Amino acid sequence: MLVHSRAGKWATWAVFLLLFVPLFAVPLLVILAASLATHWSGAFPSGPTVERYAAATSGDSLQALTTSLVTAVTASVLALTLGGWAALAAASLRTRGKRFLDALFILPVAVPSVVVGLAVLVAYSKPPVLLNGTRWIVILAHTVLVTAFAYQSVAAAVRRLDPMYEQAAAGLGASPARVLWRVRLPLLLPSLTSAAGLCFALSMGELSATMMLYPPDWTPLPVQIFAATDRGSLFTGAALAVVLMTTTLLVLAAVSRIRTRASYR
Amino acid sequence: MSRATRATPTPAPATPVPTAPAPGRSAPTAPAPSGIRFDGVTVSYGGNVVLDRLDLTVEPGEVMALLGPSGSGKTTALRAVAGFVRPASGRVFLGGRDVTALPPHRRGIGMVVQSYALFPHLKVKDNVAFGLKAHRTPKAEIPGRVAEALELVGMATYAERHPRELSGGQQQRVAIARALAIRPGVLLLDEPLSALDARLRSGMLAELARLHRELPDVSILYVTHDQVEALTLADRIAVMDRARLQDCGTPRELYRRPRTEFTASFVGNANLLPVTVTGDGSVGLGDRPLTVPTGTAAPGATATLCVRPHLVGLGAGPNALTGTVTEVQWRGSTHRLHADVDGHPVMADLRELREPPALGTPVTLHFAPEDAVLLPAGAAGTAGVGP
Repeated sequence: MLVHSRAGKWATWAVFLLLFVPLFAVPLLVILAASLATHWSGAFPSGPTVERYAAATSGDSLQALTTSLVTAVTASVLALTLGGWAALAAASLRTRGKRFLDALFILPVAVPSVVVGLAVLVAYSKPPVLLNGTRWIVILAHTVLVTAFAYQSVAAAVRRLDPMYEQAAAGLGASPARVLWRVRLPLLLPSLTSAAGLCFALSMGELSATMMLYPPDWTPLPVQIFAATDRGSLFTGAALAVVLMTTTLLVLAAVSRIRTRASYR
Repeated sequence: MSRATRATPTPAPATPVPTAPAPGRSAPTAPAPSGIRFDGVTVSYGGNVVLDRLDLTVEPGEVMALLGPSGSGKTTALRAVAGFVRPASGRVFLGGRDVTALPPHRRGIGMVVQSYALFPHLKVKDNVAFGLKAHRTPKAEIPGRVAEALELVGMATYAERHPRELSGGQQQRVAIARALAIRPGVLLLDEPLSALDARLRSGMLAELARLHRELPDVSILYVTHDQVEALTLADRIAVMDRARLQDCGTPRELYRRPRTEFTASFVGNANLLPVTVTGDGSVGLGDRPLTVPTGTAAPGATATLCVRPHLVGLGAGPNALTGTVTEVQWRGSTHRLHADVDGHPVMADLRELREPPALGTPVTLHFAPEDAVLLPAGAAGTAGVGP
């Protein structure tokens, strides 16, 4: 620990709570409170109810949750495959090629997601590739948006990987493919899972690009939350938000369990 | 050494020594080629020559140490054999086959690197099995071969552990077992002991010597900067400095009759004195006449006189050197005396002295003529290397 004295420790904790509570804890708690309320006219909500949760986990809302989950999982898997592949490829390129790939994969982060959404919409609204009106345009946009993060985190892990492992494996007679599948990927597994978690969380919360693209039969949960809030049903929106948050956290917890088991060092 | 006393708990086959692939067993790639030949191998990184026209042959079954300071090109030479660096010119042969253009995984060598590089996600037995699987050894054979290899290094009881649960010395053994499991004809060892502490190191040295006795057909290329390791283990030593091979010979030859100042000072300690040949069998250190074998050196030529410190005696005798004591180091069983003789530093390793001379007092040292070696002056770019 950096701070040794007892008073110093208390002071540090106090500063931490002072920053953490209003910035992170209060807004989330307010949503939780709102989702359970029927009225909120005073300082505190009143009339506790769980009715909204019944609504939020059935019918259209359940459909939206499934849509979000399918979109996020598909986009994460695609992003991890593409981004991870690119990161591994970049590692064996010369400086120039590496810079080019780095720049290419930072684009979706640098460009606002609304722009990405519009770009995807314009690009795929006419033949030969007509995706507009299908669920695939949403999944495609999410993949474009999160691949950048997959690339970044896998690339960082590849850079940290000791080249001695690959050389030892090659020296033992392993072909490049075997080195990749039996040595490099298993050693990268912790970073691959953390990248997957990141991609999943980002995709679950993505709204701005989705708004421009979603077809009526493929409405992800964030769009529902926005719609509910937009028409004034704040408490319904809050309940949906809690469902979204809980689902995401549960999936992330499951992913991090894989990661803990995969980290050997 | 302790071959009979080693426990044999594993159901290893009756032939405990995995040498060349036994007939009838499927071998990875024909019979494993033994012996290494460098033929004018030059390696450069971006115009910087790190290995300059190396010509060297390691016979089948021979242990060759590549000895040199860091940056001398010894590791590059090893990596050229393994296939991790591509020579700018020259050829590398393994067992008579030109492998210069082959990728590392087609060369069928065994290699142990400084950091061991055991795969952290695999158990010890799976680490050892890795090379066998890569060589497509039949599944049924693998457990036996793994047990055999682990047995050879005394690690059979650790098969189920992960590398992180092992000490440095144990990891080292597993790395050796992993390299030997594929029954290579050539074993490359890159500073294998440098990550171990001094006591473990001498134990592992004995262990490596035993391994080599048990695997007499394997050629071993052993890269090290430690002269003790090289002298103990090697059949021959190749001394490298500044990307070049400086000298090559048996440890005894290099120690007793070094050919260059660099070899003299790098393989064991040496007093190097600049002398002028004055006649057949006599040289002069300044005005001081000394009797040493001069060989073919012509009178008037300058040369370097090399005497090992432990062959220098205290007191009067043949080839007396008088000077003043500049330092006395007590080393337990010996005293190392540093003296200044006419401006030249001279070291003597003496059996522990009852009354070591005081600093600044005059001292007389001597050495027998047959213990001295005359080297060509400044041979093979050795500026700056002195006793």
